[in-house]
Amino acid sequence: MLQTISLLVENKPGALMRVVGVLAARNFNVESLTVARTLDDSLSRMTIVVDVEPKVRAQVVKQLNKLVNVLQATDLTEEKSVAREMVLLRVRAEMANRTAILKEAEIFQARVVDSSIEGFAIECTGDPEKLDEFMDLMRSYGEIEVTRSGLVAVSLEPKKLRLASPIPVGAAEEEQEELERVVSK
Amino acid sequence: MASTMQPPTGAGTLMSGSQILLECLVREGVELFFGYPGGVTLPFYDAMYSHPIKHVLVRHEQNAAFAAQGYARATGRVGVCCATSGPGAMNLVTGLVDAMMDSIPVVAITGQVTSKLIGTDAFQEADTFGITRPATKHNFMVKHVSELPRIVHEAFYLASTGRPGPVLVDIPKDVFQASTHYQPVDAIHLPGYKLYTEGHTGQIRRAAQMIWEAERPMVYAGGGIIHSGAHQELRELVELADLPTVNTLMGLGALPGNHRNFISMPGMHGSYAANMGMYNTDLIIALGVRFDDRVTGRLNAFAPHAKVIHVDIDPSEISKIRNAELPIVGDAKKVLVKLNKVMKELEGEMGSLKAAARAEWWNTIRGWMEQHPLEPQYSLDEIKPQHLMAEINRISNGEAIVTTDVGQHQMWAAQLIRYDHPRLWINSGGLGSMGFGLPSAIGAQFACPDKLVFSICGDGGFQMSIPEFATIANHNLPVKIIVMNNGYLGMVRQWQELFYNNRLSQVTLDHFPDAAMLAGAYGFPGKTIEKVEDLRPALEEAVNTPGPYFLNVKVTPFENVYPMVPAGGAINEMVLDQPQPVEVGS
Repeated sequence: MLQTISLLVENKPGALMRVVGVLAARNFNVESLTVARTLDDSLSRMTIVVDVEPKVRAQVVKQLNKLVNVLQATDLTEEKSVAREMVLLRVRAEMANRTAILKEAEIFQARVVDSSIEGFAIECTGDPEKLDEFMDLMRSYGEIEVTRSGLVAVSLEPKKLRLASPIPVGAAEEEQEELERVVSK
Repeated sequence: MASTMQPPTGAGTLMSGSQILLECLVREGVELFFGYPGGVTLPFYDAMYSHPIKHVLVRHEQNAAFAAQGYARATGRVGVCCATSGPGAMNLVTGLVDAMMDSIPVVAITGQVTSKLIGTDAFQEADTFGITRPATKHNFMVKHVSELPRIVHEAFYLASTGRPGPVLVDIPKDVFQASTHYQPVDAIHLPGYKLYTEGHTGQIRRAAQMIWEAERPMVYAGGGIIHSGAHQELRELVELADLPTVNTLMGLGALPGNHRNFISMPGMHGSYAANMGMYNTDLIIALGVRFDDRVTGRLNAFAPHAKVIHVDIDPSEISKIRNAELPIVGDAKKVLVKLNKVMKELEGEMGSLKAAARAEWWNTIRGWMEQHPLEPQYSLDEIKPQHLMAEINRISNGEAIVTTDVGQHQMWAAQLIRYDHPRLWINSGGLGSMGFGLPSAIGAQFACPDKLVFSICGDGGFQMSIPEFATIANHNLPVKIIVMNNGYLGMVRQWQELFYNNRLSQVTLDHFPDAAMLAGAYGFPGKTIEKVEDLRPALEEAVNTPGPYFLNVKVTPFENVYPMVPAGGAINEMVLDQPQPVEVGS
């Protein structure tokens, strides 16, 4: 299954190599990976999509969290989150089809970024399924060429705005306090 | 480069990178380290020339890493090794991966070509930083001399805290040569480094309840107990609830070998009682272990009736192989201190809940132990390898440091030599590196000069580290080198016999050197024995001779290690003894 992970990483030499390296070494299949600076120049945000067996999903996050340069790895697969991808698509368009292509692009809220006698270059953003549909549609008009950006995702959980412990804790608060009293005796 | 040492430094003294590195090592408590010089580390070795720190010159960089590990495994302190760029750094890699697999704190310092030449395929250039990324817990490249104090401090911190491991610091030649005002660094700024040491108190309470409620509990304790120094706390727990305990290959000595609750080692060559115990238990109390395939055998037949409490400092080990019903992320010692307290709290209420079932469980286990004990075997005509281990055990009596290589001798030394304290048993468990035994003994003997150190090797692995005879002779280290010589790569031969129709392919080791001549060439005594009656006197002589001694013991060539769980087999279906040849027609 596809698993989406959001990663906050220090901008240190080799940080990207470490992330990619641990995924490869642990035999996790990378579907896509994006990386860019955050508001804080010393940190980067990565969105990684891996294709793994459901039972190793926790392992993927734990192995990434183990890296010294990784501040936090979060599994967004089942979290409230928004995920988007962009495709830059060139389609060869014959004169007869040009209007139809523009109409279709409009339906997908895609933008034409270049127009020539041969055809169009179109930019389209959305979730990956929408992009798949858009590409299928364009292919029906003529030869296409695509460059996809890979997925970027953001969590919509309010707590994810700050760094939380990546290890889930299991016990009720009062139970812990009671035990703390026992232990500190 | 100045070849004279700067006087002891105050903050801000102008020093070269080389001198700063030496000062940093001293600040980290390094007394000695193992290494081999080369082109780009010339400035560093020049600064060392007039510095009091002790450098041990090994004869191959791989052995510098293994010796650093021997030092670390014997003491728990960080072992340090050093190599030049390119081939030197590459030769360290096996030792680093080995330290990674067994969680051993090691800091490796490597030279790198001058910054301006990096990426030009310069002489003796290798991408050490890239190549050692998966071989280390973390690695650094120093880009500027001013970063050196911070990076060295972080390297030692990373190597020794949390789950220990190897850390490499790659230093270009110009950084060694550049000068700056040295400012010692004490602060650690590693925002992404997550340490979970305390253990969740609610989880710990539940663990205590589960332990008291179990009818057939089993403590499965490993290297994590030794790394965190939790052996006393382990003992307390085991005695508190009278728990049967197995120690893994990495954990031998965690509970004393002579403790009444100690069963033995589980796994591929574990004892019948340990494996049957692991198969039949209803609660595994896993402490600092990682459910290695050599322990579990076929996973769906491993402890099929058990719940699992898993304590580990590394969250990624928990539920990696076997799902843990009760995970506790924390340092074994800290968790056990708390657990023992809660165990005592609950003892009055829950202590005798399962007394009858527990007594029966112990009876069953004792029955298994009597049925198939791990016992040495003897012959009147030949020295059996198990006999050799029994004699070393008699001399050691649970107190000597024993290092081994990898293979049959390692398994027999694990089964038949008793370890009454942690840090006595030093072997390459996870990676299984041949050639580990001799250099790690060097490290252990430097760390513990007054201890009796046996380096037990097979005739295969021994020949991978013969060059270190020179290091041993150099320092007159009193290591007792015992080669269990069966003329074969025994473990590989055992598998060829059992699983490859006895087609013995490339496992015969002819032309083993004459022991007296070989040791004599390096200036210390050596001897070969093959008669049973010579074994005890020869071992006594080896131990009683001051300085190093090399004893080559010719043993029964075709002995195999049993019990054995074949790879992928179930742990309750172990082969207990050499299959007897079936006579044709009978």
